[in-house]
Amino acid sequence: MDKIGVLTQFVYNIVLLNIPLLYGTVGEIMVEKSGCLNLGVEGTMAVGAIFGYIFGCYANSLGVGIFSAFLMGALCGLIFAVLTVSLQANQNITGLTLSTFGLGIYFFVGHSLKAKAWPVMNDYAGVSEGFQGIQIPLLSKIPIIGKGLFSHNILVYLGIVIALAVWWYLNRTTLGLRLRAVGENPAAADSVGINVKRMKYLHICIGCGIMGIGGYYMGLNMSGSFNSSCWINGYGWIAVALVIFANWNPALAILGTFVFGFFNALPVSASSLAMAFPKGLGWLAAIPSQLYDALPFIITAIVLIATSIRNKRGSSGLPAALGLNYFREER
Amino acid sequence: MKKFLALFLALILASVSLLSFAGCQPNEEGEGESNFKVGAIYINSKNDTAGYTFAHHNGITTAMKQLGLNPDTQLFIVDEVPEDKEQVLAAIDTLVGNGVNIIFGISFGYIDAMEEAAGKYPDVIFSHATGYKSNETNFNNYFGRAYQARYLAGIAAGLKSLETGNNNVGYVAAYATEYAETASGINGFALGVQAVNPDAVLYVKSLSAWADEVNEKAYANELIASFNCGIISQHCDSAQPQIAAEAANVFGCGYNSDMTADAPKAHLTAAIWHWDVYYKTAMQAAMDCEKAADFVTKMGGQAYYGGLKEEFVDVSPLNSTCAANTDKAIAAVRELIVSGEWDVFSGVKLSISADGTVTKSDAALVDNKGNEIVAAGGASVADGVITGTMNYFVKGITWVNDPNGSTTPDTDPDTSADASEEVSE
Repeated sequence: MDKIGVLTQFVYNIVLLNIPLLYGTVGEIMVEKSGCLNLGVEGTMAVGAIFGYIFGCYANSLGVGIFSAFLMGALCGLIFAVLTVSLQANQNITGLTLSTFGLGIYFFVGHSLKAKAWPVMNDYAGVSEGFQGIQIPLLSKIPIIGKGLFSHNILVYLGIVIALAVWWYLNRTTLGLRLRAVGENPAAADSVGINVKRMKYLHICIGCGIMGIGGYYMGLNMSGSFNSSCWINGYGWIAVALVIFANWNPALAILGTFVFGFFNALPVSASSLAMAFPKGLGWLAAIPSQLYDALPFIITAIVLIATSIRNKRGSSGLPAALGLNYFREER
Repeated sequence: MKKFLALFLALILASVSLLSFAGCQPNEEGEGESNFKVGAIYINSKNDTAGYTFAHHNGITTAMKQLGLNPDTQLFIVDEVPEDKEQVLAAIDTLVGNGVNIIFGISFGYIDAMEEAAGKYPDVIFSHATGYKSNETNFNNYFGRAYQARYLAGIAAGLKSLETGNNNVGYVAAYATEYAETASGINGFALGVQAVNPDAVLYVKSLSAWADEVNEKAYANELIASFNCGIISQHCDSAQPQIAAEAANVFGCGYNSDMTADAPKAHLTAAIWHWDVYYKTAMQAAMDCEKAADFVTKMGGQAYYGGLKEEFVDVSPLNSTCAANTDKAIAAVRELIVSGEWDVFSGVKLSISADGTVTKSDAALVDNKGNEIVAAGGASVADGVITGTMNYFVKGITWVNDPNGSTTPDTDPDTSADASEEVSE
């Protein structure tokens, strides 16, 4: 077997199959930095996916798709913000409700449209060609990691750019500093004249919009074929855990995505790795596939343990006021 | 006040999402041509446009129209029912409450619930697809000889592999040898491929799930990219493997429904089911019954197992991507099977040349560990083996999830032509 080819494909899969995690994680980091814990990532991604796909196809434009996915994700964020920021509803419950709600909308829209006229991605050149892989000059010629990392579709690169931009925004701009202040201690931020409500609304909506684009990616990756199972497939839940793994750092989220991606892509590539390297990796083939399915969640548990040990040492990026509603009159 | 409003809004959100999940209300009642009512329990959505549930729904509605029944008013459906006994029993209660005369359950895992309900509701007929349980009165099971259709699809794939010169054929399967249903389908397909191209090697990658769209696509891509497969066949519900084949410029054989629309440049032909053949037979029998307990007698047995002969299974219309003479070869083999002269899992092997001529020769049927299953010239294995106990792969198949478990580990896809002889050692 072509050993280099197998390794290349493995690296390629790690990126291709797991970029939605990056979008979900970065979006959730932005939301959590404002002090709000939004557990509705799965539902938000599903809403972004279905509307992004449909509007993108009808407009025959990938850009319109990305924009609609962002907008619909942001709309989910708006619901969350109205409930938790203005109306002081419990954030955990609202987030879980949003997940159920989003998945419900996803299936409702998908099924009812499917019964009439479902857009087939290949019929919309603007979308399908826009989603084709882009070879980055020079870099894509490097063996193994060249194709693995630098021959992906535009949304992969966009995800990395967004992650880095959010990192820069949070750590290098005044607005980012204010946002972090709101997440750490909204009362203190309020007392120095920061509009806490506006900051929360703005960042919840933007964060949820980013998640929506992640959902859209997954829809495109499945070639827009709607078949009863949800495109998002649990990515939203892993993203919530990845936030902790990344220690609320969007740049680290890129690394986290690839670490989780490694275990997500392993069952896909295990058999070819085992055949290409029978001596070193032959044991991969003997692992039952059910264990592979459980791996990302086992890793999540391990990560949470490791993180809580790290947090005891006091280097956590966890916003101090995370999950607590801010009620000005109680200040 | 604010908290009250928040609670109120959360309640609205929750109820809206609950409502949108409840896409499973049975169709509204109305005036039909008769009082006969059909109930159906689906694993996926009745609105699917491809795959397993679609095939059954299409079969039931087609059969009803042929019998003069109105699917809009006389068909009651509970869909998206998981293979969970409690939920299946609840679905059955709903359908019985709607007053249906016969209930079709389409998924294997409904088996225990249907058996229990058949005892609980003796006035209702229960008919279970792909299962093996039944009783002597109101409960039967039904399945088809899909392996025969698989063999025909294998011929199309084999001729294509000769044309492209790539002997590697990939197969994305829900399960491997754990279920006779998947094993017999894979074996039938492999024998069809080998009848045309004896050097062909079949790489099977199994999902351990009946439906997993994300991995169905990823596994197909893996078979294409790493195992250098030029044809992708499948035993899974979605068209993702065919879509992957199309994107990678290779070819493929679908399953359950004609997937040419999903992958017009890649798809050759699909092994398909004409479920309406069974549903028409069963509904006619049910309507002719004076009471539900007569159903099994009326059907002539507790298990219905139709094949090419009954036109219960078939291959979809050949796409223009098929190699020359595919239609000729398939027609010739179909004739052999329909006439009862020959069947797939027997000690007689077919050799099909590139011009489509078919020759018969005696050859033992051997599994991929070298064990003889049927001696040269022997009769076909029993139906019970095909539906129940077939837990091996025939020679030439490599199960890549656990290659050591089924064949020699060092089979090299790049030199499969040489390796295929060693596989059985």
